[in-house]
Amino acid sequence: MVEHRPLTAFLTHLVLILGVFAIALPVWITFVASTHDELRMNQAPLPLWPGEYFLENMKQTLFGSGLSGTEQAPVWLMLLNSLAMALMISTGKIAISLLSAFAIVYFKFPFRMGFFWMIFITLMLPVEVRILPTFEVVANLGMLNSYWGLSIPLIASATATFMFRQVFLTVPDELLESARIDGAGPLRFFFDILLPLSRTNIAALFVILFIFGWNQYLWPLLITTDTSMTTIVMSIKQMLEAAEQSPQWNIIMTTALLAMIPPVFVVIAMQKLFVQGLTETDK
Amino acid sequence: MADIQLTDLVKSYGPTEVLHHVAGDIKDGEFIVIVGPSGCGKSTLLRMVAGLESVTSGEIAIGGRRVNELEPSARDIAMVFQNYALYPHMSVRQNMAYGLKIRKLPKDEINRRVEEAAEILEIKQYLDRKPRQLSGGQRQRVAMGRAIVRDPQVFLFDEPLSNLDAKLRVQMRLEIRKLQQRLGVTSIYVTHDQVEAMTLGDRLMVLNGGYVEQFGTPIELYDRPASVFVAGFIGSPSMNFLPVEVSGSQAALPGGGALSVVSAHSGTATLGLRPEHLNEDENGPIAIEVDMLEQLGANTLIHGRLHGTEHSITASVPGHAHDGIGSIRRFSASPDLTHLFDTGSGKRLEI
Repeated sequence: MVEHRPLTAFLTHLVLILGVFAIALPVWITFVASTHDELRMNQAPLPLWPGEYFLENMKQTLFGSGLSGTEQAPVWLMLLNSLAMALMISTGKIAISLLSAFAIVYFKFPFRMGFFWMIFITLMLPVEVRILPTFEVVANLGMLNSYWGLSIPLIASATATFMFRQVFLTVPDELLESARIDGAGPLRFFFDILLPLSRTNIAALFVILFIFGWNQYLWPLLITTDTSMTTIVMSIKQMLEAAEQSPQWNIIMTTALLAMIPPVFVVIAMQKLFVQGLTETDK
Repeated sequence: MADIQLTDLVKSYGPTEVLHHVAGDIKDGEFIVIVGPSGCGKSTLLRMVAGLESVTSGEIAIGGRRVNELEPSARDIAMVFQNYALYPHMSVRQNMAYGLKIRKLPKDEINRRVEEAAEILEIKQYLDRKPRQLSGGQRQRVAMGRAIVRDPQVFLFDEPLSNLDAKLRVQMRLEIRKLQQRLGVTSIYVTHDQVEAMTLGDRLMVLNGGYVEQFGTPIELYDRPASVFVAGFIGSPSMNFLPVEVSGSQAALPGGGALSVVSAHSGTATLGLRPEHLNEDENGPIAIEVDMLEQLGANTLIHGRLHGTEHSITASVPGHAHDGIGSIRRFSASPDLTHLFDTGSGKRLEI
């Protein structure tokens, strides 16, 4: 229902503007804080307009030692770590769930439904629940302080498997039959027909999973002890508690700003595909 | 090009048998139409030939080679699906070339075949479009193009025209027929539309409930239907059926009167009369109480009941007829255009 009355138009706009404001204000504060020096950031009231130390802060955060007086890895390395972890988690999740959904939808094998339900049950076991045994396994495999340890335990995904199962179920049987007549084997069908048809769904899932991977906090905190493996999200928290001195807000906020850029970039770059992937039902 | 032998084919899903001992020989280059009501097993039969359904028992041979165990791609067939089944993300050219690409044909050979098929089907200007940018008729052509480029021994059509509008259907029907005659490829075509079946097929296989009712040329089916089912299915408007008592060469009609028939049978039987074979005749034995008239322009359909009974009966008379609802009109029929069927089994009673 679409109504055109001045009052409702005013109200809806008001709500939307308030919403934008509520979301944008902290981001603005973060940005402003990253443009002042340490001294200014520790005086009340907090500045609301940008200062002139942005480039300097950026330089110190990215390539300097970051927070002075600590032994942190430089922020560019943390960004790289986070990027590697997020990419490995998202591509790994997509690859595994595509394959398992393909198996479940297109192949008849014994205990097919059994496997299906086993995958389903893992929905009830997120990392937080199985954290001790998973840690034990990862430690025994010698994957502590490595990219593998950061990503592999998070890769299996029931949700993504289900999503791809639904996507594959909407692909008409005739396409499979027609591919069989054309002489395409299962793998060929998968790569030539199914993958291109699921393109938008893959993109949508990639966006979600990339942000999921990027924002991982608890798991990296547990399995990385080496500062060269720190990810950026966990480092922000550590920065707050670092040393005995008062927090260096300008550096912390610059780090936070840097931490926001990759997810925002991914969302903007894949926005079109993302929306298509979530709304398109027609194959 | 190849002939096809179907020998004693049976298809079961679990304990349910859906096709019962289907047999038939299809000659090289023949256009066979499998026709029947929905659920009669016609698509299943076609899909068994294609290799998309397994064969429970019996044998399918294409060109003398048993193909029961072969993958669809190894049977040298091409299939046109009801919903076209074009790959939506590929252009028309890629769609047509896909099967050839998998068979690792050289690039210029693929191009040559695609261009040639596009030429025949007049879809050259659409080669670089995606299927979704095409109309139903154009998609249909692309689907046929995809079949043609493979240069198969057998074409299989699974109700390819049922998604098109009536006018386009008639046009495509003619084109399919012309194309098949030009290429001379053995073809099996499944439809539920008896007009399509009559106009397309060299021979028709009428399926009903998983049984082959009759396998013959359209004219054989029309002139000498093997059963009440075939008689009612082939021809439009469909045949009238009346219970009669036959003695000698006279069939006693239920409302009184008798009609001359050609028969050596005596006793009860089902008499079949095509509406177009009823001739107006003041002294004719068939009296129709007219309920309704349907004007078709060239002729008029008279719907009514056999006078004094509740048996509905339809007659087709040439020209226009405007009035006469409620009146009684009398018809006769020539003995050699009557059909007699066994009342119990529904099979045709031969002389």
